[in-house]
Amino acid sequence: MRIFDPHIHMTSRTTDDYERMAVAGVRAVVEPAFWLGQPRTNPGSFADYFDGLIGWEPFRASQFGIRHHATIALNPKEANDPRCRGVLDLLPRYLEKDGVVAVGEIGYDSMTPEEDDAFAAQLALAVEHELPALVHTPHRDKARGTERSLAVVDESGIAPGRVVIDHLNEVTVKVVRDTGCWLGFSIYPDTKMSPPRMVEILREYGLDRMLVNSAADWGRSDPLLTLATGEAMLAAGFSDDDVDRVLWRNPVEFYGQSGRLQLSDLDGAEATFAGNSILRGGS
Amino acid sequence: MKTLAELRAVLGERPWLDEAVAMIRTEPGAIGRLFPAAGRKCGREPLADAPGWSADEAARAVLLGALPPERTAAEVREVYRYGDAAEKQAVLKALPLLAIGGDAVPLLQDAIRTNDTRLVAAALGPCSAHLDAPAWRQAVLKCVFMGVPLSVVDGLDVRADAELAGMLASFAEERRAAGRDVPADALAVLESLREG
Repeated sequence: MRIFDPHIHMTSRTTDDYERMAVAGVRAVVEPAFWLGQPRTNPGSFADYFDGLIGWEPFRASQFGIRHHATIALNPKEANDPRCRGVLDLLPRYLEKDGVVAVGEIGYDSMTPEEDDAFAAQLALAVEHELPALVHTPHRDKARGTERSLAVVDESGIAPGRVVIDHLNEVTVKVVRDTGCWLGFSIYPDTKMSPPRMVEILREYGLDRMLVNSAADWGRSDPLLTLATGEAMLAAGFSDDDVDRVLWRNPVEFYGQSGRLQLSDLDGAEATFAGNSILRGGS
Repeated sequence: MKTLAELRAVLGERPWLDEAVAMIRTEPGAIGRLFPAAGRKCGREPLADAPGWSADEAARAVLLGALPPERTAAEVREVYRYGDAAEKQAVLKALPLLAIGGDAVPLLQDAIRTNDTRLVAAALGPCSAHLDAPAWRQAVLKCVFMGVPLSVVDGLDVRADAELAGMLASFAEERRAAGRDVPADALAVLESLREG
């Protein structure tokens, strides 16, 4: 089983996770820029974070044969802090980077006017930089947040096929499916979605435009729940080809729209000399 | 070492690069958006006629070379500051071809602070002559520690001194005490310093 995790926050994970993911078949990931748990108070803090997403983290992933890409944005939660608004001015530089395959995570947290502004401005950046967009849906008041997100996406003029609406569930799947946007599902140990519930959704709605991710981060989460979902699909009678479509070809198709996915020679051990610092224990 | 003109010649016909160079000559700040795009526009394959250079690295050197002299140091600093790993590596590689002398030092120091073997190696090219002796010795030792071959260190034979020999000897002793190997190239340097 080859796995492309289209949403995982590797910054918060250990090298042990990379090792286990590689063994499980994870060959490529996309790491969206998001919140770090501790709110940031200035744009410089974001610049260093973005640098990690296009510098250190891809290097770290490459030690385990995993190709790492990123999405860059000011997340909705921190868009509410006026001290962080300057992040929007930093984005054009980062949205030109080779490893950046979308604008994200954008969207709503508490649906404030500040979030409206940041969301619309960043959808415009996605159009300008010819990138897809990754839209986070709020954990609270999700149904209303999802509908409002779809309205903002529609107003922005970006093609629905270049947008993924993420963290969907049984309640929000249908309204998104009808718009032509891609559908993201985050499989979590005990919140969001579980592998059996995901299988039911795939049975009911089919495999078109479906993306399954672990969204693993600093909270209680598991980077191998993509694999568990693939196994649950097989157990439920889906074919190997179906699993490959959901866990590999769909994310490749969605993020491939950026023109910046680099998945060639995945087995080559780039970024290493005779040995390398991580496998040797760091410095 | 290739000159900027030679690198440009090796790249052959590249309309995007010509246009980008013209834009940077008119508006130096344009390099902020052009520099990251070089890999996508010019490819990343190794250049047979410029050993050690890839197409994107050579194109990026040419873009930096298009900066007006009075803006070079400031723009190089910005491009490096906001660069991804490949861009930073290209800046470090191009430094000896740009007349910025000691202004290169903060960039080298930043690269040597990282844990990315590619950046540490790239910082030890010809511009490392601008590093003071303690910083240079620490960088060489870090290469040994990270497994970066010492062949990347420009001018190693000339600059290696008794102080470096002492540092390498302690490193070797520590490794042996732990039952671990000492890289052969480090032992060779140590040997030649003892003989000298």
